[in-house]
Amino acid sequence: MAKVRGAIVVDVERCKGCDLCVHVCPTDVIRLAKEVNGKGYHFAYMENPEACTGCVNCATVCPDTVITVYRMKIPA
Amino acid sequence: MADIKIEDIIKSENLVFKKTKLFTDKPLSYCPGCGHGVAHRLILEVIEEMGIESETIGVAPVGCSVLAYEFMNIDMAQAPHGRAPAMATGIKRVYPEKYVFTYQGDGDLAAIGTSETIHACNRGDNMTIIFINNGIYGMTGGQMAPTTLEGMVSSTTPFGRDVELMGHPIKMTELVAQLPGTCYVARHAVHTPSAVRKAKKAIRKAFEKQKEKKGLSFVEIVSNCNSGWKMTPVDANKWMEEHMFPYYPLGEIKEI
Amino acid sequence: MGELRLMKGNEAIAEAFIREGVDAYYGYPITPQSEVMEYLTAERPEKRTGMVVLQAESELAAINMVYGAACTGKKVVTSSSSPGISLMQEGISYIAGSEVPCVLLNVVRGGPGLGDIQPAQSDYFQSVKGGGHGDYRQIVLAPSSVQDMYDHVSLAFELAFKYRILVLIQSDGLIGQMMEKVEIGEQKPRLTNEEIKAKYDTWALTGRTPGREHNIVTSLELDQAKQEQFNIHLQNKYKEIAENEVLYEEMEVEDADYILVAYGSSSRICRKAVNLAREKGLKVGLLRPITLWPFPEKRIAELAKRVKGMLSVEMSAGQMVEDVRLAVNGKIKVEHFGRYGGMIHTPEEVLEALETKIIGG
Repeated sequence: MAKVRGAIVVDVERCKGCDLCVHVCPTDVIRLAKEVNGKGYHFAYMENPEACTGCVNCATVCPDTVITVYRMKIPA
Repeated sequence: MADIKIEDIIKSENLVFKKTKLFTDKPLSYCPGCGHGVAHRLILEVIEEMGIESETIGVAPVGCSVLAYEFMNIDMAQAPHGRAPAMATGIKRVYPEKYVFTYQGDGDLAAIGTSETIHACNRGDNMTIIFINNGIYGMTGGQMAPTTLEGMVSSTTPFGRDVELMGHPIKMTELVAQLPGTCYVARHAVHTPSAVRKAKKAIRKAFEKQKEKKGLSFVEIVSNCNSGWKMTPVDANKWMEEHMFPYYPLGEIKEI
Repeated sequence: MGELRLMKGNEAIAEAFIREGVDAYYGYPITPQSEVMEYLTAERPEKRTGMVVLQAESELAAINMVYGAACTGKKVVTSSSSPGISLMQEGISYIAGSEVPCVLLNVVRGGPGLGDIQPAQSDYFQSVKGGGHGDYRQIVLAPSSVQDMYDHVSLAFELAFKYRILVLIQSDGLIGQMMEKVEIGEQKPRLTNEEIKAKYDTWALTGRTPGREHNIVTSLELDQAKQEQFNIHLQNKYKEIAENEVLYEEMEVEDADYILVAYGSSSRICRKAVNLAREKGLKVGLLRPITLWPFPEKRIAELAKRVKGMLSVEMSAGQMVEDVRLAVNGKIKVEHFGRYGGMIHTPEEVLEALETKIIGG
């Protein structure tokens, strides 16, 4: 069975650090950064990128549509 | 598998989700975690997927989403408080072949604009109303809305909404479902991935009803107002599930 | 010569709406102008021209339907009478603040409050000084006959689209209800959606044309410096209108010692009063403003250099008289005379007031 790997790209300057994506991620990929962006928000980033499946949950609930999601199949 | 680099994944052929091009470049003015952003996105995604961006005219309300027209790259007007359905009626009647929608909050739609809402629904104006219900006046600083729950604290009900004094929270969606002019009435939320997917389906259906010329389609989105409720976005969504949904149950209410 | 008909003022203007190629009428019944919508619905304009006629749930809804349609570049109109026009003021202010063209008819009745249903001119302040909030103006046309009711529709739309402004046709219950001979013009075609896009695509909500950014119609600008700039733009527009669009009519002013200033129904009575005065050997003339805003202040100032006094004759407690006095600027005596609350003065009363308040005063 082919495995799936995903990745997200966060538009850091537009992220408001609301934390919703962190909580809907089923594989515990996302965290809020300790640093802040230009607006003073702790932005989202991939803490555990290897666990990302590209399921799109984070982007689906992101109120500011700052997350772009990629997914690829990895041959077994 | 360990040798797969992130750069290998982030390639255009692997793209599975990106922001709809119908958003303008302006950053949304909403508070962190606010449901307005998702609701905006779903409307724009539906318009893009239906390929009707040149055929759609929107009407923004007064309230937090007063600047909705700044973010949606489609032709839009801004209505006086509560009057969006009347403006939309005025537009739709002279452009019956266009898609027309209003985007309104609970103060706008369920208090000051109740008359315009009820009568547009009753006439069966062939357009879509998207109603964002977060039980509070966000823009003006968290005052009681007509939809504020019993006992709920707001800046004008600091000891909780007393229904003896203020009356009961109004269920506009059930109310308009009673009217023969509405063809599709649903209530959804945008706080979880599955809720978002259902809400999007409902918005799509609402717009498609315009094509079918069946009457007014009405979609309520029960949403959070973490600033007004004075909670974190995550807690606000949890509170919404526990308190708002029992009074404002989600689901399809009417379809013709 | 066009077709002649005997019509009520309210019917004539309704026919003019159809023949002007208006796209939509949104209204709410109120006496003494309900014949407008009754005539329109009976005429089946949806069959004659495709014009939309819709009875709204309130004047508030009606003006906002007008606002909505006006945002799209369509020709749209509503009509009401004084209390209904009061209710519309919110929308009127928004229309001014977002610069969309439309036409309103006010068939004025006695006030304040519910007042009565008889003719009056007591809405002058509301129309001319701004009944809604903010620094705005609207063009106000004052018909004095059933023919004017018909003819002012075309003029009103021409001005409305030329300046992207609300044009108010300020009539009264007398002109609305009375019947006169009226010459009916040709049917103008309604513009097609393509023609509207071609003409107004720089601002109108027609659906975002591929290749252009979205059009936004709003009266909101939260940046106060930009809001001031917008207001300056509005004031410049109003100045241009005031310089170019003043309309008035004169009767026997050439040799006049005294001038009656009156518009609408009151001007009709004053015509008779001028005749009565002339029979008595008094050199009296009449100046009838056709545009109440912009007001013919320059002409009044000119006349003030050579006449001895002016009497502003209005079916109000004295509203336009303030503008006459501003124009005259203290050079000669200016007084007001009028009956009000739905009462109408007689020519004899006007002459007597002229003799006692101005000539003998």
